[in-house]
Amino acid sequence: MPSVKLNKQVFSNLVGKELSDEELSEQIPMIGTDLENVGETEIDVEVFPNRPDMLSEQGFARAFSAFIGEKIGLRTYTVKPSGSKVIIDPSVAAVRPYTACALVKNLKFDDEKIREVIQIQEKLHVTFGRNRKKLAIGLYPLEKIKLPIKYFAEDPNKVKFQPLESEQEMSAIQILSKHPAGRDYGHLLEGKDKFPFFSDADGAILSMPPIINSHRTGKIGKDTTEVFIECSGFDLNTCNICLNIIVTALADMGADIYSMELEYSEGKKITPDLDARRIKLDVPFINRWLGLELTEDQMSELLAKMGYGFDSGFVLVPAYRADILHMVDIAEDAAIAYGYENFEPEIPNVATIGEEAPIEVFRRRIADILVGIGLLETNTYNLTNAEDQNTKMGVDIKLAELESAVNTDYNVLRAWMIPSLMKVLQDNKSNEYPQNIFETGTCFKLDETTETGVNEFLRVAVTLCGAEVDFTRIKQVLDCLFDAASVEYESRETEHPSFISGRVARISVAGIDVAYIGEVNPQVLEDWGVEMPVAAFELNLTELYKHLKIN
Amino acid sequence: MDVEKIVASLHPLERKVVPVLKECGTLKEVIEKTGLCEAEAMRALQWLENKEALKIISEVKELIQLNSNGKEYLKKGLPERRFLETVSKQLLPIRKIGTASGLNEEEVTVCLGLLKSKAAIAIDNGIVEVTKIGQEALKKEWLEEAFLKRLSAGGVAPTALTPEEQFAYDIFKKRKDIIKTDVEKIKRFELTDIGKSLTETEMGDLETADRLTPEMLKDGSWKDKTFRRYDVTINVPKVNRGKRHFVNQATDYAKQVWVELGFKEMEGTHVNTCFWNFDALFTAQDHPVRDMQDTFYLKSPKEGKLPDNTVVNGVKSMHEKGGNIESTGWQYAWNGDVAKKNVLRTHTTVLSAKTLAALKKEDWPAKYFAVGRCFRNEAMDWCHLFEFNQFEGIVVDPESNFRNLLGYLKLFMNKLGFPKARFRPAYFPYTEPSVEIDVYHPTHEKWVELGGAGIFRPEVTVPLLGETIPVLAWGPGFDRIMMEYYGVTDLRDLYKNDLKQLRTMKQWMR
Repeated sequence: MPSVKLNKQVFSNLVGKELSDEELSEQIPMIGTDLENVGETEIDVEVFPNRPDMLSEQGFARAFSAFIGEKIGLRTYTVKPSGSKVIIDPSVAAVRPYTACALVKNLKFDDEKIREVIQIQEKLHVTFGRNRKKLAIGLYPLEKIKLPIKYFAEDPNKVKFQPLESEQEMSAIQILSKHPAGRDYGHLLEGKDKFPFFSDADGAILSMPPIINSHRTGKIGKDTTEVFIECSGFDLNTCNICLNIIVTALADMGADIYSMELEYSEGKKITPDLDARRIKLDVPFINRWLGLELTEDQMSELLAKMGYGFDSGFVLVPAYRADILHMVDIAEDAAIAYGYENFEPEIPNVATIGEEAPIEVFRRRIADILVGIGLLETNTYNLTNAEDQNTKMGVDIKLAELESAVNTDYNVLRAWMIPSLMKVLQDNKSNEYPQNIFETGTCFKLDETTETGVNEFLRVAVTLCGAEVDFTRIKQVLDCLFDAASVEYESRETEHPSFISGRVARISVAGIDVAYIGEVNPQVLEDWGVEMPVAAFELNLTELYKHLKIN
Repeated sequence: MDVEKIVASLHPLERKVVPVLKECGTLKEVIEKTGLCEAEAMRALQWLENKEALKIISEVKELIQLNSNGKEYLKKGLPERRFLETVSKQLLPIRKIGTASGLNEEEVTVCLGLLKSKAAIAIDNGIVEVTKIGQEALKKEWLEEAFLKRLSAGGVAPTALTPEEQFAYDIFKKRKDIIKTDVEKIKRFELTDIGKSLTETEMGDLETADRLTPEMLKDGSWKDKTFRRYDVTINVPKVNRGKRHFVNQATDYAKQVWVELGFKEMEGTHVNTCFWNFDALFTAQDHPVRDMQDTFYLKSPKEGKLPDNTVVNGVKSMHEKGGNIESTGWQYAWNGDVAKKNVLRTHTTVLSAKTLAALKKEDWPAKYFAVGRCFRNEAMDWCHLFEFNQFEGIVVDPESNFRNLLGYLKLFMNKLGFPKARFRPAYFPYTEPSVEIDVYHPTHEKWVELGGAGIFRPEVTVPLLGETIPVLAWGPGFDRIMMEYYGVTDLRDLYKNDLKQLRTMKQWMR
């Protein structure tokens, strides 16, 4: 989640009310943000990804001010027509088809304000813009460019300009490898025949979205009072909302918003469009969803605290809100304004029958039997590595593998349990013997007949470890388990590389193999560094349970 | 306790030890006098200590002794003296001193440094000369040499060193194998008044019975026996019992609570397609939660199959345009191939999605729960693990509402021992409203964040259930609750499987 730093002074000026630290600490989390810290001069908050409009001090303060009842209802912003145009060439359709643009004038920038603008831009890039993939924003000092603007795509070898903070001109293709921003975001354009560009009336390149602005025409300074703003991306609606978020934040700083005419090949569009969306308020729906009995008036009052307007049965949704998909989103905002702490929790009187999953009951019974004969239950990870599963056990099982696991000791799913218990024995060499342990858990095998290609089984494994351990001892445990479950089983000789030859058996129930049992091969013990004899069995509980259920 | 009673309760081992106590002061002496092995003699002394007949005092005695080089130097003389003697007889270049004096290269280097620092030699053009100080020194016995002699007489305790010896000791300590410090553990005892009178008491018949045997019962000989009195207040050795893992004790309890509340357990796999883990839960395909750095994707098998077309088309249309309900959807082109990718479940909510898809309307109202392992691709530290436990619940009932959601959560938190629960607004792509649950930790006096809950969005329920009804859902983490209960401060300790920890960990008693 993106974190935002709010300058306390700027924030309370914007809110229109001075609140104590206690009040801030109490109220900020209740609007739907994670409060990290209220400091001496700054407030740190984490904004949920559904509210990009709260990523700026201005946007945050706007929402907060309404929430505490200071400036409630829909904020209206005047958009004056600039008469300026942006011509969108059809060539961009294949690379980055949309842009939404505006002019903002009467800006009074200082270092603090420039920092704020950069913060908004960066936070929007990372979250709402999905690291510029979905959306990128550019701001340009109007005094350095000549209108109208052109948005077009061109062969990157043919376009040259001096990228931001660079000494020299480079071709667009060079920028991808030579400029830091090119290296960070170049993958978003790599392999395209044509790259997208903004240029001014003189043909000077303004930028190459979503990577970098031009040094000459794309750098904001303290003297800048008027800017051209564009948001480019793959979805016009997203571009529009993003533009709205920025221009309203700038307007809250005291600037004036001017619209531009976008000449798309399919027709003309005017942005920004700050008219509120009208949605019919469904009072019964919201009451049902929340378990409240509010009147339309009460509901519209609550929504005013969340920055909505209301007009004869219709909710007016601010043009900078990106998260209103359905009536439930409005219901949530009503709930937030109502105050989660004011809801009366209630357990409904609904008769349903509780039940544990039968296999889980079976699993617990098995565990109880083993505990009854003095075994200690362990609990290990489902994730492990091929060396533990295969190499150290002398086997070669095909494993389900993970992609790019951060921790390479845990990059496969276990196919069997005994290695997990061997690891426990390895880690407990300094502890008291005998170490008689067991675990029930899921094992994963490749199986093309399942939905995912992986089949999951419940298994139980037992290892006895100590000077006195042998085949008889482990077989006693297995025998006791089957006796307790009233299951007849058969054992037959077999060979298995993890066990001593001649001291390993295959166990079957009603003709179906369900377990291996034996004395663990000393080579395996040596590979694990275990210096005590181990006898073990591993039993497929899923199979055994199936058998029990039929009979 | 009177002495008579003590005598009657003495174990045969103690009976052997008591008579020699007066003439002994240490365990070693007791062993010598009684011929018992160390363990037996020690056990007898400990029992006698329990009876307050004596007090065992453990002492650690350090003794500085000659080490291998020290012994050699005692015979041949210190290398620096031999060096000095050699060069006092003839002028030699450094490289020839070794052969002339019988010192090895390392010793020559040490001597050069040592003697130079004492100004006993001077080096001129690679030739070593003995200075006046050096010549004087040759005539005297050095502090170091005196110390070697003293040590050869049987060692010295570090506390008994004279200032001169301390000086020599500090020098030797830095040099190789001249001295060593042996640590000797001595068990000494002192008799108490009870002990003293015990040694003066007649031990009497050594034939008191120690154990009641089956033979005694068969032949009736028990009637003639007196049984040795036991110290019934004594501490006994611990036994190891069989035991469930403490995490499983807690998760079993959580399951039990949900069952009591009328919830049915959901089953399901850990490996799932993205379709169930994300898409069916209305999580847009470019949502950051699906990024590789958070989610475990499978390398093999990389892809699974999508379910039948009705569900897939419903989900696709919901993502793209909000289906046929009054929703905008996410407005992008949904890609079936992305949905086919296999992941390790990132939340147990995947079980809820599958359960909803399989549920028939005639089975409403229905309540389900799961407590299970989920996965997150991240580095391990004290508060992060790649596997974690979640408890999941859904309530499918057209009459449910937000207040009911809070009611269930509050009750469950109560049952887990947290009487105070707080709810804050939160965000998840698949619930609206969304809730973050905090519980108040009474001893730490702070709110602890446990995780999320909410009502499934119609965009989730319509493709799976066929209708817009408020399905209550929650999936908070369970590990923090367990950590608090067991007093575990490092998340990794839940699964370290240290058998000592497992054997001694307290039982889940809620």
